[in-house]
Amino acid sequence: MTARIGVITFPGTLDDVDAVRAVRIAGAEPVELWHGDADLKSVDAVIVPGGFSYGDYLRAGAIARFAPMMGSVIDAAAKGMPVLGICNGFQVLCEAGLLPGALTRNEGLHFICRDEWLKVQSNTTTWTTRFELGAEILIPLKSGEGRYVAPPGKLEELEGEGQIVFTYAGGNPNGSALDIAGISSRDGRIVGLMPHPEHATEPLTGPSDDGLGLFYSVIDSVLAAA
Amino acid sequence: MARVVVDVMPKAEILDPQGQAIVGALGRLGFSGIADVRQGKRFELEVDDTVDDVTLERIAEELLTNTVIENFNVSRVAE
Repeated sequence: MTARIGVITFPGTLDDVDAVRAVRIAGAEPVELWHGDADLKSVDAVIVPGGFSYGDYLRAGAIARFAPMMGSVIDAAAKGMPVLGICNGFQVLCEAGLLPGALTRNEGLHFICRDEWLKVQSNTTTWTTRFELGAEILIPLKSGEGRYVAPPGKLEELEGEGQIVFTYAGGNPNGSALDIAGISSRDGRIVGLMPHPEHATEPLTGPSDDGLGLFYSVIDSVLAAA
Repeated sequence: MARVVVDVMPKAEILDPQGQAIVGALGRLGFSGIADVRQGKRFELEVDDTVDDVTLERIAEELLTNTVIENFNVSRVAE
């Protein structure tokens, strides 16, 4: 069997095409999902890609979170379907309450667009089993609101539960708490990160192919459960 | 009809880099004595009489505010 991995497109999404391409390069079948539909088309996992859904009006991810497709994603996630949120997708997952905390305006206010070394802090999530613990991977970051914050006590909880998945290894670019680049749900099936693994799938178009590890990992999980 | 104002502000413990940038700009413009600026949002809603206070609180809490990082205040304004 082939894993079917959905990629959601909202108005203003711009990295759905690269996410679809990354899924294909990793060897799974990409399934395009439209924000206004509620049908998940029997996918095994979902990617909420980057961009500026609904123009980032109100707050990044705040409107997208109420799209019919997100209602279906929230229901499916509750039953254990793996979900990956990238950049704006991470913001959507936080707004939807699927991941704790929030993403806020970068310290220094600059939009940051550059390749970042990330340290893999957890290789037990559904999306990171292919990585060695402590490995450093090179992934593009491009965001203006990537500074992760969480309520008092939550950061310690994330640390204690092993829910910090990626940290910035080459210095903190945006003031993110504990150098956090990505986190997971407690069961590790939902992961969100600000950098873009879908842009690092082959040396021709990205800085590395390190991003493929996330897609290989979820495919392993889907096929093992089949 | 009534006008309702919802003020949304970043929580005190949340860094507000936009407010800090404004403080810096004020200093460069020669305005002294401004110790701090925090930037928030103001929403003005025109609502009819069927919208009660409980509903307004829900609107503010569920959509207008991200309560992880922001506080809100709802007030009805006399026409």
